[in-house]
Amino acid sequence: MNNAQFAPWEDPAAKPLIEFKGVTKNYGTFTAIDNIDLKIYPREFFALLGPSGCGKTTLMRMLGGFETVTKGSITIDGEDMAGIPPNKRAVNMMFQSYALFPHLSVADNLAFGLKRSDMPKSEIQGRVEEMLRLVKLQKFAGRKPHQLSGGQKQRVALARALAKAPKLLLLDEPLGALDKKLRQETQFELMDIQEKTGTTFVIVTHDQEEAMTVASRIAVMDDGKLVQVDTPDRIYEAPNSVYVADFIGDVNIIEGGVSNVSGEAAELSWSEGKPAIKGVSGERIQKGSSGAFAIRPEKIAISRDKPVDVHNCVQGVVEDIAYLGNMSTYYVRLDNGSLIKAQTANSRRIARRGLTWEDSVWLSWTDTAGIILPT
Amino acid sequence: MRKLSWFNVVSLTFGFAFLYIPMVILVVYSFNESKLVTVWAGFSTKWYGELMQNEAFLDAAWVTLKVAVISSTIATVLGTMAAFVLVRSGRFFGRTLFSGMIYAPLVMPEVITGLSLLLLFIAIGMDRGVMTIVLAHGTFSMCYVSVVVSSRMATFDESLEEAAMDLGCTGWDAFKSVTLPIISPAVISGWLLAFTLSLDDLVIASFTAGPSATTLPIKIFSSVRLGVSPEINALSTIIIALVAIGVITASIASKRAIVRQRRDEQVAR
Ligand SMILES: Nc1ncnc2c1ncn2[C@@H]1O[C@H](COP(=O)(O)OP(=O)(O)OP(=O)(O)O)[C@@H](O)[C@H]1O
Ligand SMILES: [Mg+2]
Repeated sequence: MNNAQFAPWEDPAAKPLIEFKGVTKNYGTFTAIDNIDLKIYPREFFALLGPSGCGKTTLMRMLGGFETVTKGSITIDGEDMAGIPPNKRAVNMMFQSYALFPHLSVADNLAFGLKRSDMPKSEIQGRVEEMLRLVKLQKFAGRKPHQLSGGQKQRVALARALAKAPKLLLLDEPLGALDKKLRQETQFELMDIQEKTGTTFVIVTHDQEEAMTVASRIAVMDDGKLVQVDTPDRIYEAPNSVYVADFIGDVNIIEGGVSNVSGEAAELSWSEGKPAIKGVSGERIQKGSSGAFAIRPEKIAISRDKPVDVHNCVQGVVEDIAYLGNMSTYYVRLDNGSLIKAQTANSRRIARRGLTWEDSVWLSWTDTAGIILPT
Repeated sequence: MRKLSWFNVVSLTFGFAFLYIPMVILVVYSFNESKLVTVWAGFSTKWYGELMQNEAFLDAAWVTLKVAVISSTIATVLGTMAAFVLVRSGRFFGRTLFSGMIYAPLVMPEVITGLSLLLLFIAIGMDRGVMTIVLAHGTFSMCYVSVVVSSRMATFDESLEEAAMDLGCTGWDAFKSVTLPIISPAVISGWLLAFTLSLDDLVIASFTAGPSATTLPIKIFSSVRLGVSPEINALSTIIIALVAIGVITASIASKRAIVRQRRDEQVAR
């Protein structure tokens, strides 16, 4: 999936499946979606990530045809979607609330859409069974939705949306109620389906690990706006703002002023009388303006003695240690009062060194380990 | 079983006596040999036989049934539609006024409803008969249906309809195959309510009935004014029996449904 060949967004000639042009959605005076431009390409697995209430469901509902667009336009496959009702769109949606039909059995729920498609009657039964197998609910075909557990309901909803094999599938938090093992299985199942059918997926999730696993690209949203749309590794390695860096994964933020920018590299002065931190220059930073240095905990090395040959090193005191099995996280307090997290794999070497509370330590990282972002 | 205190026994006895003694008397005298309602002259079913010969009563009964079925069906269709619009179309200009107007006939004295309908029928030159009673009953019982249905609609999860549309239904298809089956208990009880209201109605019917069609309540009421005959007792006994059978069947059916649902839920666990 994340192989180098599949990157239609890099190709200016590629035709997007979905295109948002200046889309705004108002509910009365409240702006839920604020002037969004976005292209999603065929066969993409596109993940929407963002805090609760930032407009993810609203974006999906506009694609599905359940909400009108206040301003701007949405095209699917080159066709303007304004005024086209949900049943005329080659889109299926899995609702956040599942929306299973309570008066129908599981099998009838799955057959509901098929009966209204041009699938011959004789094939419907087979397709329903195939979907039941997919979500491992063969034994539950005759049950009514109220006789299912939360996770089982979720799987029925997923299967129902998948059954018609639509061109575009919208999944609003499809796996939230599943346990970890089943969730991983279903994730791979989804990726598998995607590979087999070529369906384009747009998926809302609160689980960034999930987004990282399944998505070809991730859009990070905040307050009705798209903050960054990029591949998972770029989102993680090169966030375009402190917001994104902070939202995805664990990060240390050191604030200061940008003292130097030269091409890919930049420097941030952060504490009186200390050498500036060197890092990769983020987008839109300017010498002399304020900035922040962002670095992932696993990229910081921790040692008792001052490392040689490394420019970026700071001294501090171990305040807390969190043992996570394969990893340990050290919370180190710097002289200027900020708290930095450093993570190390628990190889024997470190364990023998026996760093403990109140130890004075050195934190260090390479010049390309962190990124300097505008604030 | 708890033993009832003497106080409870007494209040229970008096309460039920108060409710049922009149009916018991009515039933007992329907089997009276004598024509005099207050004198017992031995057991007989002859009044039932005579009732079966009485064309006027049979006609009235038939009219009543016809009116009740047709008017409650019309009321159910219209009332459901009104409920749907009021619950679904969100805020539109005059919505509060409309929903208030739907409920107004519930509190309006029947005499006024009847009179206004009578005036309307006269004004448009409509001959009074079965048709006018049906229209009148349909109009006022529609409000009851709409109250019952809209309280159910208010708690209906709209995303179910959206899901249906998403899976290829048109709006009407979604209503028919998802919304209606789910709200059907409310629609059915609305129909039953309209049906009983129509069976029961005397005031509005007497304004809107004409010489060509009389309903049973009107017939009974007018013949009682000429003196209570044992035939009326017989007729009333039959009605009581029918109502009792209806109520008992309904309660057994609903109890069965509850038991079935419990069993289903236990299977689910
Ligand atoms: N019908 C509506 N009327 C008014 N405001 C609405 C409506 N639907 C959503 N909103 C508002 O729009 C904003 C975005 O809602 P949305 O449901 O898209 O959030 P979300 O990102 O899906 O959140 P979550 O992760 O909690 O599901 C919220 O602030 C919400 O209150
Ligand atoms: Mg949502």
